[in-house]
Amino acid sequence: MDTAHADDVKKTVRTYIFVFVALMGLTVITVAISYLHLSVTAAVTVALIVATVKASLVAMYFMHLVSERKAIYWTLALTAFFFILLMFLPIFTDQNSTRLFH
Amino acid sequence: MADETSKHNSQKQAEGVGVGTHAHVHHEEHHHEVSFIRKYVFSTDHKVIGIQYGITSLLFLFFGFTLMMVMRWQLAYPGEPIPWIGLLLGADRAPDGIMLPEFYNQLGAMHGTIMVFLGVVPLAVGAFGNYVMPLQIGAIDMAFPKLNMMSYWVYFMGGVTMLVSFFLPGGAANSGWTSYAPLAVIATTGQTVWLIGMIFLITSSLLGSVNFIVTIIQLRTHGLTFMRLPFFVWAQFVTSFLLLLAFPPLEAAGILQLMDRVAGTSFFMPSGLVVSGIALPYTGGGSPLLWQHLFWFLAHPEVYVLILPAMGIVAEIIANNTRKPLWGYKSMVYAAIFLGFMSFVVWAHHMFMTGMGTTISAFFQTTTMIISIPSIIILTAFFLSLWGGSIRFTTPMLFALAFLPMFGIGGLTGLPLGLAPPDIHLHDTYYVIGHFHYVVAPGTLMALFAGIYYWYPKVTGRMMNDMLGKLHFWGSFIFLNGVFMPMFIQGLAGVSRRLYDGGEQYAHAQSVLQWNEVMSVSAWLLGLAQIPFIINFFLSAKNGKKVGDNPWDATTLDMAATTSPPLAHGNFERVPEVHRPPYEYSVPGAERDFIPQHERTA
Amino acid sequence: MNIPYTSTARPDTGLYNAKLGIWLFLASEVMLFGALFSTYILLRVNAVSWPHGYEILNVPLATLNTVVLISSSVTMVMAWASLMMKKFDKYKMYMGLTILLALVFLVVKYFEYSAKFEHHLYPSTNTFLAIYFTVTALHGLHIIGGVIVNAYLWGPGSKMWKTDPQRFTNRVEVAGLYWHFVDLVWIFLFPVLYLL
Ligand code: HEM
Ligand SMILES: [Cu+2]
Repeated sequence: MDTAHADDVKKTVRTYIFVFVALMGLTVITVAISYLHLSVTAAVTVALIVATVKASLVAMYFMHLVSERKAIYWTLALTAFFFILLMFLPIFTDQNSTRLFH
Repeated sequence: MADETSKHNSQKQAEGVGVGTHAHVHHEEHHHEVSFIRKYVFSTDHKVIGIQYGITSLLFLFFGFTLMMVMRWQLAYPGEPIPWIGLLLGADRAPDGIMLPEFYNQLGAMHGTIMVFLGVVPLAVGAFGNYVMPLQIGAIDMAFPKLNMMSYWVYFMGGVTMLVSFFLPGGAANSGWTSYAPLAVIATTGQTVWLIGMIFLITSSLLGSVNFIVTIIQLRTHGLTFMRLPFFVWAQFVTSFLLLLAFPPLEAAGILQLMDRVAGTSFFMPSGLVVSGIALPYTGGGSPLLWQHLFWFLAHPEVYVLILPAMGIVAEIIANNTRKPLWGYKSMVYAAIFLGFMSFVVWAHHMFMTGMGTTISAFFQTTTMIISIPSIIILTAFFLSLWGGSIRFTTPMLFALAFLPMFGIGGLTGLPLGLAPPDIHLHDTYYVIGHFHYVVAPGTLMALFAGIYYWYPKVTGRMMNDMLGKLHFWGSFIFLNGVFMPMFIQGLAGVSRRLYDGGEQYAHAQSVLQWNEVMSVSAWLLGLAQIPFIINFFLSAKNGKKVGDNPWDATTLDMAATTSPPLAHGNFERVPEVHRPPYEYSVPGAERDFIPQHERTA
Repeated sequence: MNIPYTSTARPDTGLYNAKLGIWLFLASEVMLFGALFSTYILLRVNAVSWPHGYEILNVPLATLNTVVLISSSVTMVMAWASLMMKKFDKYKMYMGLTILLALVFLVVKYFEYSAKFEHHLYPSTNTFLAIYFTVTALHGLHIIGGVIVNAYLWGPGSKMWKTDPQRFTNRVEVAGLYWHFVDLVWIFLFPVLYLL
């Protein structure tokens, strides 16, 4: 964030502390939930939601994605698209697993 | 800001002073302030690195081709001793000079690997991209010169690793360039080394592609908007994105296969594998199909990595030699972007025979048909660009013109392979080999040769000999077709690829066996046809006709704005500003038939 | 001659070179780990049986490591913020802390690994362990890479603060982006491997 000034930085430091606390809280939550031994589907859903929230916090604030430039958003959007393809198409093509979706 | 920096640079340059962490040499001073090693071996100058890439990859291309010339003996005359070199190969490769099937497999796998990863891509991207792209965008170097140097040396190590594998017990990798599991997992040690080599090559490509993209986005000179970029730069740009995003999954897959081979995991090993009556010591539970997915997730985009830079080269040469702007420049650019994007969504058309469901097959067939559209747009634009031009039949232009129908044949023969029903018949036959070689050999190779003839005078300051060039062209053109056309005939008859005897033992191959000799003789004559090129390449550097700054009267910055070679570190005496689109040829009313991009007035 | 936009941003893109570079690199890293996650999903969905991570792995240790890594991310971003506020001493402290925390992470990982080996649990034991070892080892390599870069920026590399403070700050920001990404990967690895 080469455009940021020292004053802005002071303000963002407070944000960092807040994000830090949030991340710690979410870590505790996700571990605690795992001791409940939910069904696989429920456990996966909850764990992934919590992880996604945590990851978004890191990306948004520590990596400054809340205020980034267009070129970087475009790159990440493209990557996200291919990432999703890579995640799901192999499973759809796999014969054994198609039964999951029927 | 941009203005200031560039003024700053050009000023310093005009004074012949260089500051910076890397080597700096002005072309008029001959003091040896920079050691030979820093200047020519561990250089960070994009031009030197481009030349290093160029020479290394040409050597690898020749080596990969030599492997094939040896294989073609076995295919034409199965079981007969190989003349001359047969006895040199050793008893574990060719006892009494007769090629063993195992050795045939090594040659085949390494031919594919070397041609794709060590030959064509490094030449098209590493050499041409590195040398030409920064010049065309008016940059003094790549954005990260040290990274650029590393990328070359990592590539070099990858190459050495691959070569060393020939001398291992059991020889080099022999599971095809596709390295399909589970075969590759239980193959000889060469496979492990192949994987390590691949990891080097992938790393090198990743470093390179980051550098290319940043350079194109950040270091474009003043006035050079995206829609003023020469098509060559666009091609390199899209290619870099393909390398950047498609290679990592193969790197992951390579690591997993390495784990399977070295640590005994079963990522790609299904349960209950029995080979030659012996149960394999793997816990199983893995998926061989997973390898195919990860492999083709790279390898289909890789096809466009092989073809896009070639299109970029052809675009420059066609515009220059028809003395006309490219027809439909914008649609070509959009087509190239769309092509790059779609190339990620078609990979499973290589896997129709694996028993995927019909729905998903239909999906990949559809995307495959769609992706043919942008290729056709680009090809059509090239053909229309020829219309009404006063074509100069220079040597580079001959090669570029030959690219068009050759790539056309390669592309059109791909359509049946993209549809599941015909693919059931054609899959894994010589038809496939014919199809993709028309794309990469008579297609891409022709374009790469065109590029060499076109930029050679800019690199060395001397023309290549025209007579030798034309000899090289006609020889290559005729014999390339001689090698690859009969493959369609054999393939349609059902002859499988990767057969070490060329199909001799199959009844259905008998009627087309005679073509094996035709193809082999063509391949050897193709080898001979390269002799004029090799002579030309070396002799012209000393004896070629001297040329001025802009040997082809071109409009793009690489030719028009740089000084006469050898180019100094920093490329330009004065960093140019761009005022117009890339191909302003034959503008009505202009005094010359070309207006360079950096010229303000018409 | 100097390459433009190493320290200041190019006006039309608003970026200096290394920042675009690192994001592109991270994009490729997303695809690398994406392929590994995809592998995990495919193998798990097809598996006849699949153990719960917490039955085999040490959740408390991994939770500790999660806390350590997240903290190191915070100290990393604080190191950068200190440079933005021109407080070099604070930078040194925060960067030093980041490196220390990373080393703690590696030591904990070492204990985790050796405990597994003692119980004769190897990558070849089953597919779950294969994934576990491969992915965490790769992640560990990323940590080691980060430690090397950060140590350089903490030690010899920090001389640049005197000659070109803007460029040095950029370098720390770029190293930070990488470091946060490594943290981010762990944020997914932790529940996926240990908790599910
Ligand atoms: C120019 C002369 C070339 C000739 C005569 C030639 C010939 C052949 C032949 C006959 C095969 C089939 C071998 C078999 O199935 O047993 C083959 C395979 C292959 N070639 Fe070429 N080729 C040439 C150039 C290239 C180039 C330029 C590339 C890539 C850019 C390339 C890539 C491949 C690949 C990937 C395979 C498949 C290897 C495998 O089965 O795993 N070839 N080539
Ligand atoms: Cu394909």
